[in-house]
This record gives sequence, C-alpha cells and structure tokens, in this order.
Amino acid sequence: MKIAFPQMGDYYVPANYLLSHIFPNVKVIKAPKITNKTVEIGTKYSPEFVCTPFKYTLGTMIECLEEKADILIQMGGGCRYGYYAEVQEKIIKDIGYECTIINLVTEGVTRFKRINKLLKIINPKYSKIKALYYSFITFKMVKYMDEIDNYIRENIGFEIKKGTFESLKKEMLIEFSHIKRYKELKQTYKKYLNKFHKIKIHKPDNRIKIGIIGELYTIMEPFSNYFLEKQLAKHHIEIKRFTNVHYLLFEKAKKTKKYKKYAKEYFKYNMGADASDNIARCKYLCENDYDGIIHIKSSFCTPEIGAMPIINKIASTYQKPVLFFSFDTTTSETGIKTRLEAFYDMLEMRKNK
Amino acid sequence: MKECYLGVDIGSISTKGVIIDNDNNILTSSYIWTEGNPVQAVKKLLNILKDKIPKDYKVKGIGTTGSARKLIGLMLNANIVKNEITAHAIGTLTFYPNVRTILEIGGQDSKIILIKNGIITNYAMNTLCAAGTGSFLSSQAKRLGINVEEFGDYALKSKNPVKIAARCTVFAESDLVHKAGVGYPKEDIIAGLCKSVVLNYLNNVGKGKKIIPPIIFQGGVSKNKGVVKYFKEILKEDIIVDENSHLMGAIGIAVLAKKNKNGNEYSLEMQNLKFITKGFECHRCSNNCELLKIYRNDELVDSWGSKCGKY
Repeated sequence: MKIAFPQMGDYYVPANYLLSHIFPNVKVIKAPKITNKTVEIGTKYSPEFVCTPFKYTLGTMIECLEEKADILIQMGGGCRYGYYAEVQEKIIKDIGYECTIINLVTEGVTRFKRINKLLKIINPKYSKIKALYYSFITFKMVKYMDEIDNYIRENIGFEIKKGTFESLKKEMLIEFSHIKRYKELKQTYKKYLNKFHKIKIHKPDNRIKIGIIGELYTIMEPFSNYFLEKQLAKHHIEIKRFTNVHYLLFEKAKKTKKYKKYAKEYFKYNMGADASDNIARCKYLCENDYDGIIHIKSSFCTPEIGAMPIINKIASTYQKPVLFFSFDTTTSETGIKTRLEAFYDMLEMRKNK
Repeated sequence: MKECYLGVDIGSISTKGVIIDNDNNILTSSYIWTEGNPVQAVKKLLNILKDKIPKDYKVKGIGTTGSARKLIGLMLNANIVKNEITAHAIGTLTFYPNVRTILEIGGQDSKIILIKNGIITNYAMNTLCAAGTGSFLSSQAKRLGINVEEFGDYALKSKNPVKIAARCTVFAESDLVHKAGVGYPKEDIIAGLCKSVVLNYLNNVGKGKKIIPPIIFQGGVSKNKGVVKYFKEILKEDIIVDENSHLMGAIGIAVLAKKNKNGNEYSLEMQNLKFITKGFECHRCSNNCELLKIYRNDELVDSWGSKCGKY
C-alpha cells in the first residue's frame, strides 16, 4: 500500500514525517516537485474556470498515481477548497485510476472522531497513542519551520553571501526529517535558529518593507506565485507574510475574532476563506510602517475577489500603494516582472522623496 | 564636446528612439515599426539617428525600455534598462511636473499612472486582454480598409457613434461585423470603436482609480483624435496630448540614462554587429524550460529562461 498527498511549499517534510511514523508499514510517496508538466496535467483534467490550486493539486495527485499510490490525502477549507476532494476523486476515477481519497478536514473543521475513522481505512490497527505523539511533534515542527521562515523572509534580501539562507534551510529540513523525539526536535530547532541569526546581513535603516497578503495556496506554494518572494528578495526588500500552515491550523480561529474587531469599519461578516483576515491585515500593514502591499490570489478565487475592492479602499484612505496579482496557469512571467519592477521603482521613489 | 543621451523604447508595434542633451532638449528622434524583429528595428533606428546627431555631440549614455528592453539593453550595452511604467512617468514629469494622471495606450498594453507631488503613487496595467489597445485598432482599421492614421479623422465626422461590445477583442470584432452588416455608415462604426476603447480602458485599467486633472494622454493611440475626443467627453476634463506623446517612454529612459551615466562613451555604429539569439528547450527535468542564448559577435553574453539556475 502506498500513500501520497499533494504538496505545498516545504510542508512535505512534516507531512511525510507524520504519515511514515503513524503507518510504519506503509510507503509514503513524496510527491514530485511541481513543474510545468504537473501544471499541464492538472489543467488538462480540470474544469477551465476552477481556481488554480485545484489544477496544481490535481496535477500532483495524478503524478503520484503514476507512481502507483493507492491512497491520496486531501484537505478542505472554507471556500471552494471544501469541494476539492470530492470533485478530484470523481475526476481521477473518470480518468480510470483506482484509488481512495481521504479528506481529513471538511468544512474547515477538524474532528478527531472522523479523522480516527478515516485513518482506520489505511491501517485498522494503527496505534492512537503513537499517532497523538507524532502529531504533536509534527505540529511543533510546523511551528518551528514557520518561525524560521518568518526570520528568513525578513532578512534574506540583505544577506551578504548569496544563497546562505537557502542552503542552511535545506540542511535544516533534512535534519528535521530524521528526528526521533520531541527533545531532539527542540534542540535541532535551537541550533538552527542560532545559525540563522549568525548569518551575516547588511540591513539598512531605510529599507523597503512589503506585506504580502492573499489566497493561502498561492501564497504558500512558490511555484504557483512565480517565486514572488525570491524576486522581491533580489531587490533587497523585507517581506512580511501572515499566512502559513501554523496560522491556518491553530491561530486562525482565535485571530479571526480579533481581526473582526480590529477592522470592524470594513466588514461585519466573515467572507469565506482568508478574505476577511486579509482586509484586517491590510489595515495593519497600512497603520504600521510598511511601504507597500502585494495582494496575490489565484484566478477565480471568489473570497479574495470580494476582498479586493475593500483592500483598495483601505489603501487609498491610508495612501499606500497596493499591487494586485491574479495568477493562472497561463500567466505570462514577463508581465509579472514588469509590474513588479515598476512597483519597486515606485516604492523607491516614494521613499526618497 | 557636448554630451547627449539616447533613449530607446522598443514596443510591440513601434520602436522609438530619442536623443536628448543635458537640458532635456530633444535633439532628434525617430519612430519606426518594429515588425516583429526588435534587433533589426533597432539597427535601422540607430542608422537613422546616427546621421541626425549634430556634429559636436557625443553619446554618453544609453537607456532601453519597452517589451524588448532586456535584449536590446544587452545589444547596445545600455547603462540602464528600466520598465516602461517608470520610463513613461519620468518622461512625462520632465515636461509636466504638475501632472496628476497619465493615461497611456500602446500597441499591446494600456496603463494608468497616478502621480502626486512628482511621485508615482499608484499605477495599473491591463491584465487579461488586449481589447482596446493599438494593435486591436490597427487590425480593425485593416478590416475596414482604411489607414490607422486616418482613423481619428473618420471618427470626428460621426454624429452618432454606434455601441460596440468591447469587453473582448473577439466579441468586439463580431459585433463590428454585425454593425457593418446591418448598414451603419463607416464613420459611425469607427467613432463607436474609439468610444468603446475609452470605455473599456476606464472600466478595466482605470477601475477604482481617481482620475484627477491635469491629465496627460500618451502612447501611440493618443495620436488618434477620436479617442482623445471621447476621453474628453466621458471624463468631462481637459486632456493634454503632447506633440511628442508617442515618444514619452523613450524620453523618460534617456533622462534616466543621463542620471545614471558612468563616464563611458557609446558608439551608435551597429551595422556590423553580429547579434544572434538561439532558442532551445532543456529536457533535463520536467520543467522543460524554454532557454534563450544570446550571442554578441559570436560571444555568449547571457542566457535566459532557466528555472533552476543551471544556465
């Protein structure tokens, strides 16, 4: 039996860790890195006007099926993402693959009873205690990864020797994937945190700071946003990003209420997915000393389309520039570069006035 | 010896070259068609410009902008390569320091730039479709059997412009065929087309942007009197169209080249330069990157398009 899951950013490390420890007798297939071929396959079998993450995840799922996976794991969220698992299952079966799709999170809610039932499909005799212990380690791992990522994002644009941050992070991920106990994880994290802080950087006081907000998948999977963060880092920009897996799993429920209170003049009801969060974040970025905001989403992402006019309004009230990107599988990379360059020029002009 | 600076704006349809002196006076300029071959077009452009520079001037800086800016930047050894949004804003600000809004419609793209106190505060560019840009107008002109240059004059003759569904180029064209088929006169159709360009621009690029006067309209389409007329009518504001409105991008990049000069002197002699690009697809991984290798006098100067950084 082989399990696989669609990948996003570097989160295959904790996901792989968790699954291979709960089910030691089952092979976990590491989904191949997303490439143009993945996107091509995904686009071929997806409905045309579905949001882009659907195409990406379907593409990786099919690539995993080609490697003989039997069980695919998918999640669901509070927008169209909630229907992904069911629709993808239907498409995959229509193509003619044999497999089971397990949807761990439906309607954005995590219920242990349901998950227990689903995990029994993979192995009816799996150890619950082990599962809980390794889930704990995995969630801590996600937390540590996200913390390190936040530090990297703030500093990578200013590294003196190019590529130091990236190579150190790769090293860290490899070490994370071989961890046995929680204590070991904590020690490794501290060791690398230290190493990251020791990397020499040159951070000028008048540096440009940008906040990135938007739809979660496009933000977290660098291939789907055409390596936006890397491009910005090349221009020596400090990046602030709110969305990561730790936020979605543990902080969102609490934060959403706070956000609602904080930006109550702009929205009253939740707008689905992260749309209302992004409005509040936009206000936060405007009120703090950020120079610009980049809002990214996949094409046809309905909640974010609803948030865009409000974000525009907030930005014009506070006189901050916003750049909107809508990524599709056929977006031209040149167009993105031109707009990004112009945005950067504009921020620099405003800074030096 | 006096100093001068060359700005080249290589667009999808036309290639513009401007030479300015230290006080931003235009010494000479040229406007030719790109015809899908930017390298050839720039060679031709430089050949024209070279003879027109006054004898006692030396070129001290070259800047490139437009869609082929990177390639031509390499070819000319330019000291600055910048995107067209910045170039247009800088060019316009040189002549109109008080401008608040720049409307620009070019061959393939249209943009709006908002300016306050001489600083760009916001901008937008068309995202999805080229409906309502220069190439659309010129292809429609061809359909109707008239020159693009006469388009404006035709439009001004009309008293009753037809309504054209201009959300998308393909729909606009079929609507156009339909309107011609039911017997509307040519002038009314052309005027309707000009009006739809304006409406499409304001609904798409200008969406959510406050258009504050003084407004400057530039890019190739600004030479179309019909479009200018409908901009005035719909915005109910005065629209300034500079006589050099089609050259603003090139002027802007020349100004930037002047600011960025490094003391080098440039030659405009390009006739014998061998500048070749070779494209191929890399099959090392499933990314299948389209790579482009650029040779300058048989020497590899750069290669583009690699996702993994191998090339």
